[in-house]
Amino acid sequence: MTGPFPPPGRKNPLTLTRVPLLPPKARSRKAHLLTAAAATGRFALPCCGGCGAFAFPVPEACPVCLSPDLPMTDAPATAVLLSQTVAEVPADSYFRERSPWRVGLVKMDAGPTALVHLHPGCVTGDVVRLSLLLDRAGQAVLHAAPKGNTDMTTDPQWHEMTAHPRHRRVLITDARGFGAAQIAASLKKAGAREVVLGLPEAWKPFDGRGLDGLTVLPLDMGSERSVADFVRDHGHKVEIVVNTADHPRPMAAATPQALREALEAVALGPHRLAAALAPVMVARGADGPYGAAAWVNVLSVHALAPMPAMAVYSAAHATALALSHGLRAQLAAGGVRLANLFAGPLDSPGFQPMPHPKVSAGAVAGAVLNALTRGLEEDAIGDVARDLMQRLAENPKAVERDLRG
Amino acid sequence: MTLLDTLVAALGAGSVRVVDLTQTLTEDFPIIALPPELGQSAPVRIERISNYDASGPGWYWNNLSFGEHTGTHFDAPIHWHTGRDLAQNTVDTMPVGQMVAPACVIDCSAHTDPDHLLTVAEVQAWEGQHGPVPQGAWVLMRSDWSRRSGAAYANLQADGAHTPGPDAEVMRYLVHTRGILGFGTETIGTDAGQGGHFTPPYPAHHYLHGAGRYGLQCLTNLHLLPPTGAVLITAPLKIHHGSGSPLRVLALVSERV
Repeated sequence: MTGPFPPPGRKNPLTLTRVPLLPPKARSRKAHLLTAAAATGRFALPCCGGCGAFAFPVPEACPVCLSPDLPMTDAPATAVLLSQTVAEVPADSYFRERSPWRVGLVKMDAGPTALVHLHPGCVTGDVVRLSLLLDRAGQAVLHAAPKGNTDMTTDPQWHEMTAHPRHRRVLITDARGFGAAQIAASLKKAGAREVVLGLPEAWKPFDGRGLDGLTVLPLDMGSERSVADFVRDHGHKVEIVVNTADHPRPMAAATPQALREALEAVALGPHRLAAALAPVMVARGADGPYGAAAWVNVLSVHALAPMPAMAVYSAAHATALALSHGLRAQLAAGGVRLANLFAGPLDSPGFQPMPHPKVSAGAVAGAVLNALTRGLEEDAIGDVARDLMQRLAENPKAVERDLRG
Repeated sequence: MTLLDTLVAALGAGSVRVVDLTQTLTEDFPIIALPPELGQSAPVRIERISNYDASGPGWYWNNLSFGEHTGTHFDAPIHWHTGRDLAQNTVDTMPVGQMVAPACVIDCSAHTDPDHLLTVAEVQAWEGQHGPVPQGAWVLMRSDWSRRSGAAYANLQADGAHTPGPDAEVMRYLVHTRGILGFGTETIGTDAGQGGHFTPPYPAHHYLHGAGRYGLQCLTNLHLLPPTGAVLITAPLKIHHGSGSPLRVLALVSERV
């Protein structure tokens, strides 16, 4: 179903490319509690520890009992649509470019009343399903859609607040990387116009199994020249990047050389690509309906919780994570989002001595697609990563001791 | 008129040609690939410092990084365990006089088998035509492998690399019977791609370096050299305690008179 999203024709080379504008982005520090929930796909609201009332927007104190104890709590994601309207000529330039823009007033089942972005299928008086999304400015907003099995991809406003691969061109950084074929197939099936896979060290064997119909091009993120050549030829044709750089060496001693190799593979290489490609993506953040949309990093969960037995590996991924925050800030200027997906041990030779459960290639592919279609900034891949991230939030020292073994 | 005056005049007149036997040092030239759990040679990396831009408005220059054994490179005796205890076994201590030496070129290019091995019989057949390999000379194995590139050059298969090289017996012959200065190839190593399965493993490395001799690999343009008469200039970088180095290999070739 294409709905309001017909396949794009070739761009008119004589037209000026639209400069990416962003929706209003000023928020209070408190409001970023919602950002944290939206970034991970949760529907959570501040909930008073004293009286149990939910609040929206995020207040300094409970509007019912004035308690300052307002932890973010998963809330019922349903509401009744009280009224709706369509802004035909919005005053804000970002929304005017994308008008008409539908908004509605909802009464949440959790209690508060809120203004929301609205799916075109919503009917006043009906029950709607709420989501917290990150808009193009990276700020949390409420979106309402008809309850039930609604095709969200028909909503241009949802499309604007996610990074659906449909009609977009995707670069997967390493054709030999874990899950490359599965990620490519998944994104192609979701409607990606083209999936390009980078092939580093083309002089090494590469059988290309499972990559029929896809494009494999030389791209060695370790080489400044290779990256520059790739970006010169193809940088303006990449709307989504999936970076799968990895370098697991479970038995390697934590020598400086091992660290250098891991950093080069996991952090410096993608950083080199980002330095060349990110400015192009920022400039193309509003290049038609399918402009540059997202950069996805598949990282190890040990970027967050270093594992002593794989200290070098953890350090490389932690470095990549730190660099990703700089890249996210850079991409944000164009409304391009960056998602970090944290995987547990992969089902690959690099994690051969580690105990199960391990993350399958299909699970990685599913997580990448999920992050893009829901506009997430952060997610876990696999039970090990999910458990570690949860325990890390509760007691980082306990996790450190556990990982010491 | 000194000998050097004569040489300079011959170079100027073109009666002595300079042939470049060096591959361009690039980031995508294949290098030795070892099992991932072992230490790896750093690949060639060339990173821009400035290019008449904000980082240096009036000048262009790069930072380089690479392993000692990348590109067209020189192997010193200390590179192999058999040569580890010899005197002057590193690139910074080796006698500079040995950096200029004659070369014999044995043409094996008619053999199309990627696993072709240079044998004593082949060397002796060459000697039958050109005379014995002189003591202190380089022996260069011409295979025309340098005409390949990329994956065809590395020729890595599931059981390892398949590239031509010497067998163990010929290395004993060349090193111990003929007393050569070194052995050079057009492939990534002085040994055949499957040389790890020979006895001893990697016989070129084993015998050459054990006797204090040298290796050259990733050579090119060997087809421009005569079977005898060329003189090689092989000066590796003076790396402290270095086991080898990329280098520019030049050959002086005299017109026959």
